[in-house]
Amino acid sequence: MAKKEVKKLEYFTDWKYAPSPEATDHIRLQKQYDLFINGKFVKPNSGKYFDTINPATEEKISSIAEANDKDVDSAVKAARGAYDKTWSKMPAKERAKYIYRIARLIQERARELSVIETLDGGKSIRESRDIDVPLAANHFFYYAGWADKLEYAFPNRHPKSLGVAGQVIPWNFPLLMAAWKIAPALATGNTVVLKPAETTSLTALKLAEIIQESGLPDGVVNIITGHGPVGASMVNHKDINKIAFTGSTNVGKWIQKAVAGTDKKLTLELGGKAANIIFEDAPINQAVEGIINGIFFNQGHVCCAGSRLFVQESVAEEVIRKLKDRLETLIVGDPLDKNTDIGAINSKMQLNKINEYLKIGVNDGAEMYQSSCTIPKKGFFVRPTLFLNTSQSHRISQEEIFGPVLAIQTFRTIEEVIEKANNIPYGLSAGVWTDKGSRIFNLTSKLRAGVVWANTYNKFDPTSPFGGYKESGFGREGGLHGLMPYLKF
Amino acid sequence: MTYDFRQSPVVDQVGIEERVARFNTRSIKKGSKVQALKLALNMIDLTTLEGKDTEGKVTQMCYKAMHPHLALPDLPSTAAVCVYPTMVKVAKEALKGSKVKVASVSTAFPSGNSTMQIKLLDTKLALDNGADEIDMVISRGEFLKGNYNFVFDEIAAIKDLTHKYNARLKVIFETGEISTLDNVRRASDIAIYAGANFIKTSTGKIGVAATMPVTLVMLDAIKDYYFKTGIQVGMKPAGGISTAKGALQYLVMLHETLGNAWLDNKWFRFGASSLANDLILQLEKEAKGVYYSKDYISVD
Repeated sequence: MAKKEVKKLEYFTDWKYAPSPEATDHIRLQKQYDLFINGKFVKPNSGKYFDTINPATEEKISSIAEANDKDVDSAVKAARGAYDKTWSKMPAKERAKYIYRIARLIQERARELSVIETLDGGKSIRESRDIDVPLAANHFFYYAGWADKLEYAFPNRHPKSLGVAGQVIPWNFPLLMAAWKIAPALATGNTVVLKPAETTSLTALKLAEIIQESGLPDGVVNIITGHGPVGASMVNHKDINKIAFTGSTNVGKWIQKAVAGTDKKLTLELGGKAANIIFEDAPINQAVEGIINGIFFNQGHVCCAGSRLFVQESVAEEVIRKLKDRLETLIVGDPLDKNTDIGAINSKMQLNKINEYLKIGVNDGAEMYQSSCTIPKKGFFVRPTLFLNTSQSHRISQEEIFGPVLAIQTFRTIEEVIEKANNIPYGLSAGVWTDKGSRIFNLTSKLRAGVVWANTYNKFDPTSPFGGYKESGFGREGGLHGLMPYLKF
Repeated sequence: MTYDFRQSPVVDQVGIEERVARFNTRSIKKGSKVQALKLALNMIDLTTLEGKDTEGKVTQMCYKAMHPHLALPDLPSTAAVCVYPTMVKVAKEALKGSKVKVASVSTAFPSGNSTMQIKLLDTKLALDNGADEIDMVISRGEFLKGNYNFVFDEIAAIKDLTHKYNARLKVIFETGEISTLDNVRRASDIAIYAGANFIKTSTGKIGVAATMPVTLVMLDAIKDYYFKTGIQVGMKPAGGISTAKGALQYLVMLHETLGNAWLDNKWFRFGASSLANDLILQLEKEAKGVYYSKDYISVD
């Protein structure tokens, strides 16, 4: 049989897009940020600060306060005071007005917030502008509406707030994760102590400024910055009623052990290794786009990323050929450029982790394929990567890489793919691509994943509950279900 | 190579619309913008298909095609003009010596509701008068009845004829009438396999003309064919594209779907009449820094 000649299309050779950077002259950033406790910015007890850098340039942006146990205690006291004296006594309709005001202020500052999010975390301006910031505002809008309707949300169950919530959030969607945590907590009548991730504190601190401006009573929301020990201190604090954590499964397990034997309520949103499943009758070109979005959105720094591709063997060759072709039109580079598709990796630590997995994949015998794009010399960048000919037994198919790396396997029957999709300790999300509606319904009931996307991927909305099964955690954020973790009945 | 047109690939409309929205987030500035504006101008099939067309009207339009805006040096001419068969001779005469081609509609344009015999005669008239390109329409009624082989055969018959004259064939689907993206894909496959040199969206004579989602489906069909055979097929969205911004969005979509090989008027055309002037307005603005009044740009 004659060897098929490989036809390739070339892009960006004759027509190169000129740089189109988003303006940064309008943003207001301070050289140093303190802790936001009881409505004011106060110096950290230790007097210590640490640098936050721009992962695309490795340059320092600002100094961030490092909280210690005493600061945690002050914050919790402020939250408790605000809860007892003000927030639990305020009519729900009034609470709603503050939440709504915060939503409007986020919208008004949207451009500034997107630029700062991109500078601090490395994600492309296109994503922070079009996805992160609008969704964050929407969460506040949505939960503002629930504040005075809790009796309707849970008829005959007489829901009551818990008190003080301690919340620890990750670096992949800094402002959005803050919104996911703060909005439902406030709507249900609780007060908050929140710790953003150490590499991405800036938008949480800008949110603190917005909260100040909204007139929210002092102490209702407190934002304390710092490294892991600050979070541990919050988890162990005796006067916190509820812990909400989004982050790695390992830390989640530690937290669950730490609160065992206490009466603290807990919700965890942890890691994932989602299966993105392409059947032979799927709309192939749209499925390829869905695969791309599933793993390269936010540089793959997504807990629900579609990091395991299962493609039915009969269409595998076509899908893989199209994936390789699509890789060539992904622009990797300066996150502030409006045309950048894939920005910077969030930190040196994460970059090293991803590169380590690339080595593991190659050493384990999987075939690595990367885009031919050039990446900037400075900053933390990874080329979008495919691993072909993998199996469930490869480490890159089992362990969460949290980067732009896709492990590709083939499958033959629906029973096989259900078994393999579920054959993972995680259970956060999954994607199903098929033209047959009945097959979608069949799979949604059999896949052990909290979120199943059909003919799409990475779609989020404040009305839609998000959370996992198994080691991806428990509890839901978003929708009516997102109110439950912050209430007692 | 056998192909069952009942089995053409399915298309997910939501996915297509999202892909289009993603293309539209591209920001084309400075040198890359000027380059694209000039390319778009050079890709226009300047069109007049009115009942009231006369030799005078067509001649004046042909001058515009060759010299879109003499006030700016280095502007390319348009790719072609598009007229009814009875105006082909006039157009050929007016365009003598230039690189602008003459495309003629035929096959009982725009409805296509006539016999094969009449459609062939209509085409032959245009070709005898010197048309370089033929823009034919498919029988949408037969298509919607499921007679895909009928549509294949009629395209092949017109292709045979145009091929004898070394002319190129564009096949118009009238996507507004065949309605779904699945049907657009199916029509694309039928036309491509029947020998179309170009696949084209619309006649411009009904309410719904070219859209980006429809165009993307057609570009995908062209891409699949290229990977199967190595053969290039051209694409022409027609009607409804009147702004430079819109044209640039189409070019981004074309560029990132089919690549550099298609960024040429041999493989991509805009079926438009008022687009040229908005492109010129934008080129003037890039050159001089301000927007001029439309009165500085000729209407022909």
